[in-house]
Amino acid sequence: MARLIAQRLFNSLVSIALASVALFLIFEMSPETVAADALGQYSTREQRDLWLAANGYFEPMHVRFLDWVRRCVTGEFGQSRLYNRPVSEVLGPRLWASAMLAMLFFSFLIPLSLGLGIAAGMREGSLLDRGISLASILTTSVPPFASAVLLTAIFVFWLGLLPGTSSMVDGFRWKELILPAAVLLLYDFGYLARITRASMADVMQTAYIRTAVLKGLPNWWIILRHALRNALIPPFTVIMLQINWLIGGVVVVEFFFAYKGFGSLILEASLTHDLFLLQACTAVSVLLAVGTQTIADIGYGLLNPRIRVAAVK
Amino acid sequence: MTDTTQTTPTLRSLLAESPILVAGLSILTFWLLVAIFAPFIAPFGPNENLIPMAMPGTRVPDGRLMLFGADHLGRDILSRMIYGGRTVLTYAPLATLCAYSVGVTLGLLAGYKGRWIDELLSRFADLVLAFPVIVLYIVIIQKFGASGLNILIAVTLASSPGIMRLVRGVVLDLRTRAYVSAAQMRGESTLYIMFVEILPNARGPLIVDACLRLGYVTITIGTLGFLGLGIPPPTPDWGSMINESRHFALVFPHMAIFPCLAVSSLVLAFNLIADGLREISLAD
Amino acid sequence: MTEPLLRLDGLSVSYRTRRGAVPAVVDVSLALKRGESLGLVGESGCGKSTIAFAIMRWLAGRGQIAGGRVLFEGRDMAEMSREELRRIRGKRIAMVFQEAMSALNPCLTVGAQLTEVLRFHEDIVGHEAERRSKDMLAEVRIPDPDRVFRAFPHEISGGQQQRVVIAMALLANPAVLLLDEPTTGLDVTVEASVVRLIAEISRRFGTALLYISHNLALISRVCERIAVMYAGEIVEEGPTRRILTAPIHPYTRGLISCLPESGADKIARPLSPIPGQIPAPWERASGCFFQPRCGFAVDGLCNTSHPPLVTDGKGSTVRCLRADEIGADRIVAAASEALAPGEGIAVTVDQLSKDYRLTPPGFRGLLPFAEPLRIRANDHLTFNADQGRTLAIVGESGCGKSTFARVLTGLERATGGRLEVAGQDIARLSVIDRSRDQLRALQMVFQNPDETLNPSYKVGRQIARVASRLLNLGRKERAQRVRDLFAEIRLPAGIADRKPRHLSGGQKQRIAIARAFVGRPDIVVADEPVSALDVSVRAAVTQLLMEIQRTNGTTLILISHDLALVRYVADTVVVMYLGQVMEAGTTSQVFSAPHHPYTEVLLAAQPKLEGDRGLDAPVEGETPSPLDPPKGCPFHTRCPRKFGAICETTRPPEQVTPAGHRMACHIPMDELARVQEKVTT
Repeated sequence: MARLIAQRLFNSLVSIALASVALFLIFEMSPETVAADALGQYSTREQRDLWLAANGYFEPMHVRFLDWVRRCVTGEFGQSRLYNRPVSEVLGPRLWASAMLAMLFFSFLIPLSLGLGIAAGMREGSLLDRGISLASILTTSVPPFASAVLLTAIFVFWLGLLPGTSSMVDGFRWKELILPAAVLLLYDFGYLARITRASMADVMQTAYIRTAVLKGLPNWWIILRHALRNALIPPFTVIMLQINWLIGGVVVVEFFFAYKGFGSLILEASLTHDLFLLQACTAVSVLLAVGTQTIADIGYGLLNPRIRVAAVK
Repeated sequence: MTDTTQTTPTLRSLLAESPILVAGLSILTFWLLVAIFAPFIAPFGPNENLIPMAMPGTRVPDGRLMLFGADHLGRDILSRMIYGGRTVLTYAPLATLCAYSVGVTLGLLAGYKGRWIDELLSRFADLVLAFPVIVLYIVIIQKFGASGLNILIAVTLASSPGIMRLVRGVVLDLRTRAYVSAAQMRGESTLYIMFVEILPNARGPLIVDACLRLGYVTITIGTLGFLGLGIPPPTPDWGSMINESRHFALVFPHMAIFPCLAVSSLVLAFNLIADGLREISLAD
Repeated sequence: MTEPLLRLDGLSVSYRTRRGAVPAVVDVSLALKRGESLGLVGESGCGKSTIAFAIMRWLAGRGQIAGGRVLFEGRDMAEMSREELRRIRGKRIAMVFQEAMSALNPCLTVGAQLTEVLRFHEDIVGHEAERRSKDMLAEVRIPDPDRVFRAFPHEISGGQQQRVVIAMALLANPAVLLLDEPTTGLDVTVEASVVRLIAEISRRFGTALLYISHNLALISRVCERIAVMYAGEIVEEGPTRRILTAPIHPYTRGLISCLPESGADKIARPLSPIPGQIPAPWERASGCFFQPRCGFAVDGLCNTSHPPLVTDGKGSTVRCLRADEIGADRIVAAASEALAPGEGIAVTVDQLSKDYRLTPPGFRGLLPFAEPLRIRANDHLTFNADQGRTLAIVGESGCGKSTFARVLTGLERATGGRLEVAGQDIARLSVIDRSRDQLRALQMVFQNPDETLNPSYKVGRQIARVASRLLNLGRKERAQRVRDLFAEIRLPAGIADRKPRHLSGGQKQRIAIARAFVGRPDIVVADEPVSALDVSVRAAVTQLLMEIQRTNGTTLILISHDLALVRYVADTVVVMYLGQVMEAGTTSQVFSAPHHPYTEVLLAAQPKLEGDRGLDAPVEGETPSPLDPPKGCPFHTRCPRKFGAICETTRPPEQVTPAGHRMACHIPMDELARVQEKVTT
């Protein structure tokens, strides 16, 4: 087991190392653009050269790379031009805001998708199964930006039940989080429910469930003890890998509802060419993605005894 | 895939076998026809400025009807939607095709040749997949600017690693088949074995994945348009239409609603087709 | 007469498919008395497994009982409630499945899966349940019950998994045990010990057995009575000895005479295959289902009326309209003429070795916590194959016989030694480096008929492609060669336009043979060419392979685990165990004493038809992992004739007789001959 974890962690470190090289090449390859982004479009050539010299940009490439890595690790991402504050100060509250949104989202997603998915998978072909399948295919077909528009039209424009923006100008209000979370839920629920359903249906078809039935075990015992654990392995992995994918939805939703979170921050940084801010956001998102992937891998190993042994062998 | 005795499945037998597939194909056909015959169907030009913020059902002075109203620049929403169908039905299949060409070739190489080629390609795929897709798009578009070509490049870069992994997995299984050994034993070239012996037998999962991915690319193109990173104006594009309408969402929602329904129905078509194909292949 | 324990009364089962309702089981009546053992034999698709599931009232998804009743202790099981049914399943009627690995839940320990039977059927939990389970594990001869109790299914070997499934079935002391191909996928020696365990259990626990298998020989060892099924029906039923010695139904006769008799060879008693193929349920003939393949069928009788099952006075039933007329004629094919001795040597194998390095892929292998593993799949092999003759390589799975085939054909490269064909050393010449003529000269027939042909292309095209690659033929000549070959393998030319999925297993394997012979090769390697086929088809394909070899004068290298087949087909035999040659010689040398102890064990484990329940010194235990082979003689861990520490420390010397019979053993050959002859007499 320890070896499995060590292997997975090592793999993630390699991924992060490679990603950092890629990021460095993308962002810092040409000092000219860095200077232009840092000082703004209207800076003069001399100003830029002075800035570049002052910030060590004329050093050899590898020195610059190591220095860049050091700054990334210690969180000194530099100054955000857009907010005129250190990047780390801007980043913190935004990440927290997105975490709140994600928490609300997951606390509905997991029980809803897994519950419905399992119910559907237990009785393949039943009316419930067909209903859930149809609902999930419909909801996954509506892109987040579209469901944001549609939900706003219904709940804000026509019914007037909910606020149409989530900028939290009057302080934090849960009510403003409902629509963003609902949009994410609508898009993601179907996907996870389908995975769970398929996995449960597969498990119910296996020979070991047949064995359990023919051993004369009662139904509730078969579902709880024999089916559930095996059936939940794929959805668990998907939930963890979801986070990488979820960031896309978060960007859209936060942009649409003007929610001050991490997703809208990436977009702002990109649209305003706030280089250091964008670097920091990208680094954080890669870290998030690789981190959850690692957790998914390790968790998969823990849940599945066969993998545990294969990895040790 | 389909029954052996009937060579060409009739619409009726297909309907009996998978109504989902037929529904998906119908919606897709509808949009294809709309896109192809856009100039004949659309009542106005896509960039014709008429009456700004006209409500649905308004008539222009010459009596023509603006069924879905007009946007803030006075352009007919219905006409822009019809032409927008052209844009998305050009870029989405094109981008998917590019991603598939790259992904399939790399996947075949990684899966069949193995060893260091596999290690190298798999590492590269891991690297790309370590970036959240949206961040990848944002960074690429920020670096290279928003244009149709850059969208193709970005989609190819972001999707081909996933396709490569899928193909690689299938190939790892197929390459141990005896018919591959038999091909080696009559001196076939690596290219022949990869593309003629192996690829055709991987088509089942690939076709289903391609349909799902078409839907996903459609969403991506829409999202980029919506975020203002898509195909630059004034080209009619569903995502950009929704983006432009964002500021009026609370007062003038239909400006966004119709393009939203359009994107959703197209994605639904691709998803239904994928599901139907999977259903048929499982039934055999 | 008392009411039997379990009675099937005109049972019919059908499956709903896109073709409509397909009958899988048609009007089957059977009776199983308390403590009796009944064998149900038939080929794939004959409906024998469906019967087991119908008894358990568990017909997945699309199956349904279309007629008849299943009576358990006189009660109709269809009228039982869910709860009553649950109390019977596992408690009164238990089932043992094929492929134990998938029948066990991968995420639960063996102990958890055993104790739950007691929990729900006997209300026993905790220590008592654990004790009872471990006792039962010991009963089924599992060497270390405490360890196995705590293990996950994948942590124990295939043979032990099957024993666990048997233990699970026996825990609640059922009255009836249904066994569905319980030894599929196990090695012969392991199979023999599992079958022995089953026979023992039925005696000791007084459990009634319904043993389902395609293997008549295995069933005949365990069961008192045998029912033979064909195309969903029972065609004959009777006492085991009567079925084996005086079969009445033509299908039963065919089944028996298409098995190579142990002791027979291809000259004295050629196989007599049943012609044709098993019909799919929707293709069954009118009249008698077997009539299209039957040598005794009479037009106007057998193809017009369906024969009823007729019972004679002596407890036998048979379903044949001409049962009284066809008498006791056995189907015997004419003896063929002897083959001239081989001239020259086609393949010389000299100290050939092949190692696999199991480094984790790529640079993960560079890491400190990844130690490279080495498997020696072929360990200094030395033998020859005579020109135009058949060399058989036998051994159980993991003995390295298939690896040798891959090295010879260039799909793998040897790591040491020489492999000489036509004067050239090709041991390290991989397939991409071989010249066209080298490729043409050496071809292969693969094991699995479903993987041997590319599913995407018509079979004629696939053969034509070989002709163009290896013989460089033009379009017209290619077509001619394909037609000639189809005539040679006796398939209608129309089949050339079909894709593999429209062909039966036997047809696919014939095409695969044709493909190997397109370029008139000098040597053909056949890796288990018939092991995946149904029994009645096997003989015909074997026959074809031998014929086409003879007409082409090809050297055949046959890889097989089936000793009866080898004895029947081969001229010379090499016996392998864990990558090493244990014994080599002509067929008559290897099959008569002195045997290497491993060969002796293999021969003893071989299921025999003669109804003898002999063999009572088979080995326990299973082949050690090739990752960690035993020191000294590789076979010492299981050898029944191991005589001392020398077997564990020193590799045995090779003994050679003047006639060329070789074996690697510490016991002198004449000593072996003496003890082994004593056993047989």
